[in-house]
Amino acid sequence: MSSTGSELTVSLWRGRERGRYETYKVPMRENQTVLDVVSWVQRNLDPTLSYRFACRVGMCGSCAMTVNGGPRWTCRTIVSKVAKGGRLEIGPLENLPVIKDLAADMRVFFEKWQQAKGVFAPSRTRHDAIERVKSQSDARIAADLAIECINCGICYAACDSVRWNPGYLGPAQLNRAWTLVNDVRDGKNPERLQAVAAKGGCHSCHSLHSCQEYCPMSLNPTAAIAGLKRRTMRAFIKGEIKA
Amino acid sequence: MNVRLYVWQRLTAAIMVPMIMVHLAVIFYASRHGLTAADILSRTRGSAAWALFYGTFVLAASSHASIGIRSILTEWSLLEDRAAGVSAIGFGLLLGALGLGAVAAVVWP
Repeated sequence: MSSTGSELTVSLWRGRERGRYETYKVPMRENQTVLDVVSWVQRNLDPTLSYRFACRVGMCGSCAMTVNGGPRWTCRTIVSKVAKGGRLEIGPLENLPVIKDLAADMRVFFEKWQQAKGVFAPSRTRHDAIERVKSQSDARIAADLAIECINCGICYAACDSVRWNPGYLGPAQLNRAWTLVNDVRDGKNPERLQAVAAKGGCHSCHSLHSCQEYCPMSLNPTAAIAGLKRRTMRAFIKGEIKA
Repeated sequence: MNVRLYVWQRLTAAIMVPMIMVHLAVIFYASRHGLTAADILSRTRGSAAWALFYGTFVLAASSHASIGIRSILTEWSLLEDRAAGVSAIGFGLLLGALGLGAVAAVVWP
């Protein structure tokens, strides 16, 4: 990366739930990512700055932060595309508790993942023959459209339904449940449909599409949730699940 | 919201959509033909069909609105779930009573 000779004005959240934005001057470079900026501050100006990253190539989903008002994966966000007048404001993800500075506490995110029965439940054992999955079946196509989630939490932070209803499971969690509902190998779908049809489940989604708007993997959790609404409604009418 | 309330809200919406079309058609008919209040009442009084039509519409609308109000109260007010549910049922009953009263006023012989 070569320096362009000018500077960025970067405001970073410092503290926990209560804190303040502190401003730093960071050299502007070509093709600089937001994560590069945060790392530069931590290595050159303030080693006590806390943030989270791992892969740096958009696979692990650990570096998501709020950048100039919107949730983004910082390792794949080029500064020149989001900076306004050479300014960046970076905070922790919204709708989650703050551990410190830019690191959000993801525990509630993954607890809700468990509540939505996001764990694959095999219907066969290792002694059975491997079940063949038809790649062109409707169920597999539906699962494939939703399967590339990297658990970054961006959709959860962008979701107004989560903001207004903290008991709502959330888009990533329901998107994951939808992939399993469409997995012919899974053996726990009645329990899963029951879990996502309860209070705070898929019917609490208002279809605002912020999850789709911000998803860095270009997934559409709103469509997955709409699928769950249809599937649970059918199961309820048939008496397979209870309200 | 859970799946039962969701089903009821969609069901009542599905009932209301064609009824709204009929209601709009009635309004256009009455205004284009210059019907007076007396003309309208002469058609509706004693009519079981209009009583059934608007009675069903009132029940669907009050149920539908009540479920929606419940969601708004639980998300945007400080009310607990139970208080929001009771308030929404109260609102639905009030809406139903006012609506059925209005229907009775035009169909009662």
